Amino acid sequence: MADEASIDPAHDTGEGVRRRDFINIAAVSFAGVGGLAALVPLISQMSASADVLAESSTELDISAIQPGQAIKAVFRKQPVFVRNLTPAEIAEAGKVDPGSLRDPQTLEERTKEGKTNWLITMGVCTHLGCVPLGAGEGEVKGEFGGYFCPCHGSSYDTAARIRKGPAPKNLEVPPYEFTSDTVVKIG
Amino acid sequence: MVRLFGPLVGLFFAVALLWSFGVGALQAIREPEPATAVHEFHLHPKEVEFSFNGVFGKFDRAQLQRGFQVYKEVCANCHSLKQVAFRNLTDLGYSEAEVKAIAKQWGTKAKTFDPKTGETGERDNTPADHFPPVYYAGSGSPPDLSLITKARHEGPEYVASLLQGYQDQPAELIKKFPDAKTPDGLYYNPYFANLNISMPAPLMDGQVTYADGTKATVKQEAEDVAAFLTWTAEPKLEKRKQTGLAVLGFLLAATILAYLAKKNVWANKH
Amino acid sequence: MSFPWANEYKPSHPLMQWLDEKLPLPRFVYNAVGAGYPVPRNLNYMWNFGILAGVCLMIQIVTGVVLAMHYAANAGVAFDSVEHIMRDVNWGWMLRYAHANGASAFFVVVYIHIFRGFFYSSYKAPREMIWLLGVTIFLLMMATAFMGYVLPWGQMSFWGAKVITGLFGAIPLVGEPLQQWLLGGFAPDNAALNRFFSLHFLLPFVILGVVILHIWALHIPGSSNPTGVEVKTESDTVPFHPYYTAKDGFGLGVFLLGYCAVLFFAPNMLGHPDNYIAANPLSTPAHIVPEWYFWPFYAILRAFTADFFIIPAKLMGVLAMFSAILCWFFLPWLDTSPVRSGHYRPLFRKFFYVLLVDVLVLGYCGGAPAAEPYVMISQIAATYYFLHFLVILPIVSSIEKPAPLPFSITEAVLGKDEGAVLTSNPAAA
Repeated sequence: MADEASIDPAHDTGEGVRRRDFINIAAVSFAGVGGLAALVPLISQMSASADVLAESSTELDISAIQPGQAIKAVFRKQPVFVRNLTPAEIAEAGKVDPGSLRDPQTLEERTKEGKTNWLITMGVCTHLGCVPLGAGEGEVKGEFGGYFCPCHGSSYDTAARIRKGPAPKNLEVPPYEFTSDTVVKIG
Repeated sequence: MVRLFGPLVGLFFAVALLWSFGVGALQAIREPEPATAVHEFHLHPKEVEFSFNGVFGKFDRAQLQRGFQVYKEVCANCHSLKQVAFRNLTDLGYSEAEVKAIAKQWGTKAKTFDPKTGETGERDNTPADHFPPVYYAGSGSPPDLSLITKARHEGPEYVASLLQGYQDQPAELIKKFPDAKTPDGLYYNPYFANLNISMPAPLMDGQVTYADGTKATVKQEAEDVAAFLTWTAEPKLEKRKQTGLAVLGFLLAATILAYLAKKNVWANKH
Repeated sequence: MSFPWANEYKPSHPLMQWLDEKLPLPRFVYNAVGAGYPVPRNLNYMWNFGILAGVCLMIQIVTGVVLAMHYAANAGVAFDSVEHIMRDVNWGWMLRYAHANGASAFFVVVYIHIFRGFFYSSYKAPREMIWLLGVTIFLLMMATAFMGYVLPWGQMSFWGAKVITGLFGAIPLVGEPLQQWLLGGFAPDNAALNRFFSLHFLLPFVILGVVILHIWALHIPGSSNPTGVEVKTESDTVPFHPYYTAKDGFGLGVFLLGYCAVLFFAPNMLGHPDNYIAANPLSTPAHIVPEWYFWPFYAILRAFTADFFIIPAKLMGVLAMFSAILCWFFLPWLDTSPVRSGHYRPLFRKFFYVLLVDVLVLGYCGGAPAAEPYVMISQIAATYYFLHFLVILPIVSSIEKPAPLPFSITEAVLGKDEGAVLTSNPAAA
């Protein structure tokens, strides 16, 4: 490349070089910024779409659930357990010293005031996400009388608190509110 | 080989084409294609100054709400809008509570099916639901309107013109094409592809009463519902145009820089 | 292979040296599109379109993979799933418009790339293999684009699938079973839609593979150039980087401006309104047209309106349509002129411009309704099309007297070449 730099020597004075470097760097930077900006839609398209977000609340009529019974409903495409506790179960949950638990919480903290008998939790084991048994008619409730996860043997008590087995946390309580005495809105 | 067979193949196709041409030309001379009523009387949609036209175009929220009212009170009797969900109405400027009320009060209820008992039933619509389909048993098949303005050439103008285009069949047409008289049960409309549409004129002056006091002429109603149906077909129109302006601005700057950089690099090579 | 004066890749960083020993990928890139690839210094902007085609392929693959995450290839829900993308998926409208218009942009770029090849006779020895691979890419693109257009399952999707597979029905004896086999049924339905989706996802990666072969074959003789005179000395070339990376960067900016203007401000301009109507097997649209990039070939298909002796018109149309592309494969042997560039071939150049207009006319007729005068015009235009490639080119290339060529690329650019003096006057050396 013998003829390089031979055409216009004035171009190679310090200031010319600096100005040209600046333009080249700016051009490459613009390309980089543009490339990064193009990633935004490509990444955000994977997060939940508008229709999925719109369905993220569930209304349930709980008038038919007798004490001692539970139903399984669906919230965000996952099972949710709604359980009407018997006085005996409430008493059982109250007997435990929360300080001795892996995830210390009282039944009162896990239910709404004045509605302590309504235990509403996700039906998703906090270990690896299986659906615990105990909500359906005739299902095993485990040695603590709440829920029992058959995958790896986690046992939950009558307040759905973890008592035994590998799960690290109590069954999660989703955000919910009673819109009337018989209707609960989850989410 | 190629230079031998190539020209032969070429001549073969050329002769076959000229044969087709000759046959067609002879046909055209013997029986020239008759003129048709559609060819002579079909009209292209009239120009309308919509607020969403142009590079900076935006929807007029009040107009969309009026258009929605026309859809709800008139069109929805026969036409579905199944791609649109009630929740989308917040785009029109309605609050969440208003949308919830609109969904709850919607005449056609959502269908339910109990997989345990096999019973079907009905419940109120919720914002998450799409507009329930409308089943139409009469003659003709009213199309779903969700995408109608994208499913026709110059869609918004087409809808506005069609709705205002009902008229008596011109005497001239019947005189020239006696066979093209509008059959019973159809209605003459020069903006419709084959001139005769099954839908009777749906709008008249004062058909709806606008809450914002706008005078409900046929023209007003037609343009409002055309605007609303533009939104149903392309709800992301505003975001598209705004994003487009930002992208083009950025690209313009980047391209100018790229040009200067290219000139720098090539400075000593020309 | 490369020219002896090509820069050698010399990694300075120890990590890059280590990598170069184990897997010389950076060296490969350096020699392919870096400073290690000497390119003729006189390429004009027509030479930008190869890189742009590669960019289009990447845009299509990236947006396509992303759209496939939301699209459902089932006749019952395909149309609604596309609308779900347009309305509910984050940025879905943009991704889908980018993909739909990306196909058009890809064809615009590739058509210019092909006509560049026609004008500068880029197909000639020693670059025949590049050309053959290029035509193969074009055929694969057409198949991919056709199957992609079926996926939204609108009216044009459905009837396009029906009409195009119907072409195979024209083949004697095996036609009908073949058509049924292609569709997996009597008419387009789930089976067809699902296999089209599968192949539409697969074929772009096949295209990518052939593109790599295309570029590999290109690097053996090196790029052609507007004079058609082969590279002789180092002064004829510049390293690809930074010279052509800079030029391609600018070209890319201009291309993206045009592409984004359509994408954001007229995204449905190149589509057909009927494809926003869900597929309806009981009602055919008033006039079925393929996407614009098929129009010239569609016009050729429809130009055959009369049976030709024992050959039915329909079969003639199908044969001619496929031949219209397949004849490109034979171009290197049909055009035997020793001169490549149209700049130095006065007679050839005139016919080239006639061809350009001819193809535009065919395109216009292909998009118009199947009525007069369009059918007659396309018959004449199609006649010229076949005569051009198969009859005129061989004749022109043997009778034409080309204009004098420059001695070298350097001379063409600078008006003089020191090397030329040296070679023509050995005494001075």
